[in-house]
Amino acid sequence: MSSEPLHLRLGLTDDELEDIRSTLGRDPNANELAMYAAMWSEHCSYKSSKLHLRTLPTEGPSVLVGPGQDAGAVDLGDGLAAVFKIESHSHPSAVEPYQGAATGVGGIVRDIISMGARPIALLDPLRFGPLSDERNRWLLGGVVAGIGGYGNCIGVPTVGGEIGFAEPHSANPTVNVMCVGLAPAERLVTAGREVHAGSLLVLFGAATGRDGIGGVSVLASRTLEEGLEEQRPSVQIGDPFAEKLLIEASLELVERGLLEGLQDLGGAGLTCAVSESASRAGMGAFVQLKDVPLREPDLEPFEILTSESQERMLAIVARERLDDVHEVCSRWGLPASAIGALTEGDGTLRVAFGDETVASVPARSLADEGPVYTRPMTPPDDAVDALADDPTFATVTTPVDEAFVALLRSPNVASKRWVWEQYDSIVQGGTVVAPGSDAALVRIEGTLKALALSTDGKGRFGALDPYLGAAHAVAEAARNVASTGATPLAITNCLNFGNPERPEVMWQFAQSVRGIADACRAFETPVTGGNVSFYNEAGSSAIWPTPVIGMLGLIEDYRLAVRGAFGGSGSWIYLLGETFAELGGSEFAETVLGTVAGRPPALDLDREQRLHALLIEGAGSDLFRSAHDCAEGGIAVALAESAIAGGSGFAASLPGDVPAHVGLFSESASRAVISVVPERATELEDTAEAMHVPFFRLGETGGPRIVFDGLFEMDVAEIAAHYEGAIPELLGG
Amino acid sequence: MNGGAVTDRPPRVGVVTFPGSLDDRDALRAVRFMGGEGVPLWHAERDLRGADAVILPGGFSYGDYLRCGAIARFAPIMDEVRAFAEAGGPVVGICNGFQILCEAGLLPGALIRNRQLRFVCRWVDVRVETSASPLTGEIVAGDVLRVPVKHGEGQFVASAAELERIEAERLVVFRYCRPDGSPADDANPNGASNHIAGIRNDAGNVVGLMPHPEHAVDPDVGATGGQPMFASLLSIALARAA
Repeated sequence: MSSEPLHLRLGLTDDELEDIRSTLGRDPNANELAMYAAMWSEHCSYKSSKLHLRTLPTEGPSVLVGPGQDAGAVDLGDGLAAVFKIESHSHPSAVEPYQGAATGVGGIVRDIISMGARPIALLDPLRFGPLSDERNRWLLGGVVAGIGGYGNCIGVPTVGGEIGFAEPHSANPTVNVMCVGLAPAERLVTAGREVHAGSLLVLFGAATGRDGIGGVSVLASRTLEEGLEEQRPSVQIGDPFAEKLLIEASLELVERGLLEGLQDLGGAGLTCAVSESASRAGMGAFVQLKDVPLREPDLEPFEILTSESQERMLAIVARERLDDVHEVCSRWGLPASAIGALTEGDGTLRVAFGDETVASVPARSLADEGPVYTRPMTPPDDAVDALADDPTFATVTTPVDEAFVALLRSPNVASKRWVWEQYDSIVQGGTVVAPGSDAALVRIEGTLKALALSTDGKGRFGALDPYLGAAHAVAEAARNVASTGATPLAITNCLNFGNPERPEVMWQFAQSVRGIADACRAFETPVTGGNVSFYNEAGSSAIWPTPVIGMLGLIEDYRLAVRGAFGGSGSWIYLLGETFAELGGSEFAETVLGTVAGRPPALDLDREQRLHALLIEGAGSDLFRSAHDCAEGGIAVALAESAIAGGSGFAASLPGDVPAHVGLFSESASRAVISVVPERATELEDTAEAMHVPFFRLGETGGPRIVFDGLFEMDVAEIAAHYEGAIPELLGG
Repeated sequence: MNGGAVTDRPPRVGVVTFPGSLDDRDALRAVRFMGGEGVPLWHAERDLRGADAVILPGGFSYGDYLRCGAIARFAPIMDEVRAFAEAGGPVVGICNGFQILCEAGLLPGALIRNRQLRFVCRWVDVRVETSASPLTGEIVAGDVLRVPVKHGEGQFVASAAELERIEAERLVVFRYCRPDGSPADDANPNGASNHIAGIRNDAGNVVGLMPHPEHAVDPDVGATGGQPMFASLLSIALARAA
């Protein structure tokens, strides 16, 4: 046993202990300390990030529920609401990849059901270290299997996500999960619902065990050190079958109007669910721990209070509805137990264990009055040097055809089929566009509407310039959604960073938030919520600043949705947007020149938005035969992906008089590659001109080969083999 | 259609929901899409609610923590399904439903972990081997249909003697194949013996398959290889309704 005082072992600072003392007017007991340690952890309290997050735009005409609840919600018209949120489960995944990732899926799905919505889609943005390393391959395999093992078993399709590989993510993989749900807008279970004093707190779902104790305070709010396997008991174990039953039972309870409130049990377990429910209602609560169904009989009160056992929900139920609630839960085979009630009065959360009161604290002080820190910030020393050494002006000796193949085979670019074929992407019957595209499209039953969903993060750009990287991530997510013809509506974000107590990390964080805020304002896509994941580092080496954007868009008629694949021969291919000499932070620079340096491409938010408007307008008038975002690997990779997806070659010549490798591989922003039938080329050009989007006719689709005029040509089958084969070969089949 | 059976109601196709069933709603939707009436059935009830045909849908019944389908076969409704099948009623097991039918002894063989040891979700082609099944009555043997698979335990296996009998009695209904109809390892998503994707019982009224025809009827979300299968099922159900 350590001689360290209990509060320090639990992750609380001396100052925080003083705050607790002054709130209570006495010393907290051990149970209360455990409750504060969980709720005031970085993971639950956002104490380092709160000041910055307040600068994000969160309001807009379509926002029904903004940040601060289990998930955000936007209006889709026709009385429908989309509920969505993204979360990280990186720390548990670093310790135990299968269960870490699986329980991440479970947690975000429960956030969606808490709002009364049926989960209809999952997306999984992931970052790992290079696949040349055996541990990274093990982590990738485990995380993917865990996501599939859980997601496939609960009947929610995994329709998208993205994966990047970079050395700084070796020690700490980044595992984010986004879930999207659907509900009638009037049935959303929001904080605005009327709840009554005396209403019962009903815990239903799995029994409570010893797993996941310290998940938020030990695992998620500290850096990973040696002896990771010793932290395995802090990782929760998932039971997707119980989750599936929980989904059905919860939705039935909501649909039948049996609930006043609903909340999932995630980080900080029962303590979080009860204190947040009470605090939101402006009430206190009483909880009897003897009424909590336990998996093993001898749990201590603090263990019951902070256990992160999965697949549990807490409902607020009027007394006269309790029998009905029991009936629904029992039909789905789920134990349910009234463990307490909301109370009027001074807002105290009183916890009893039999006859003994084991904790008595103001609910608000746990849920809403955690510490807020203004952390010091300074740019890292090497920030300027990295920008100065721009690969755009490097001497390149690699022939462009070799560089092209190297890019197609780079794990960042190559097909992720090996990953997404392990996910059920079609259950529920709504998947109009499946993984492997710019954005996934999931239709809404009974309508012609579909949601367009994309997750994006720009690792290298963010490493070199966190502000630009974050803004680019929003731009690319919106562009991906717009490429399908859908209008971007709102975002959720997952902000993955190192240790916020280090000024350089805090600077990266603040810059990233500023980038997201500026881009979201420009695109009118407010932030409806998200998650902050700090302490993603081992030793003193942090992950790259990794803000991941989950964008939700809407297309009114999914039959007009545009795909990335070339649709046969004889279409004219256009570049929308302009290519500049911008190889800073590019895939080409890293893969071919071996350097992550230079200034990331400039981003003009107005120019970017004009492109989105054109993509949406063109899709609405059925103008495009294909449309594909132009990003990693530049025009060359964008054209190749459209060719591979459509099984059709092309002939193209590049605009401007830049060197070939710049024209092919520059990653200038605000570009897309589209194709049209020749009869409508004039219409395209007129529309682009009217909407102030530069365009250039690259060439024409057709034939079995891809041809870059005057540079090189290859068979579509050959490039497809590189693109599809690269990752399976690295993983050994 | 099947001797011109006439009835004034659409054929009723029951779809059983076990705890952990996932594609039950999708099967009901596919029945409706193809013009039938979808009838939800509940695992704990001993009632097929007048269904003319029964589908055991995909999913992970009871979590499938033991062997896939091993617990579902003991569900109360399975007594009714067994009696219905023994009386000649058309019964279809899709994916987990196929696993349940094998566990229940209504179909020969078993389904084990995919050869590559990973879950697989992809579109495949299957060749129809016989018209003598509830899903293929209106399909000519040799036709190739495009349908999706999504499973972790879909590798069909049987003892050498059983496999020989299955082939000799022409119990194979679907075989994984290339688009040209030739069975091949590269077209087989799970390593199934003899590329078997689906089989029937001796009487020809019970069929199980790993692919998901219910996800292949609506052209807005993919290929439509499931349409002729559902058309065949509705046709035979209609004949029984008459």
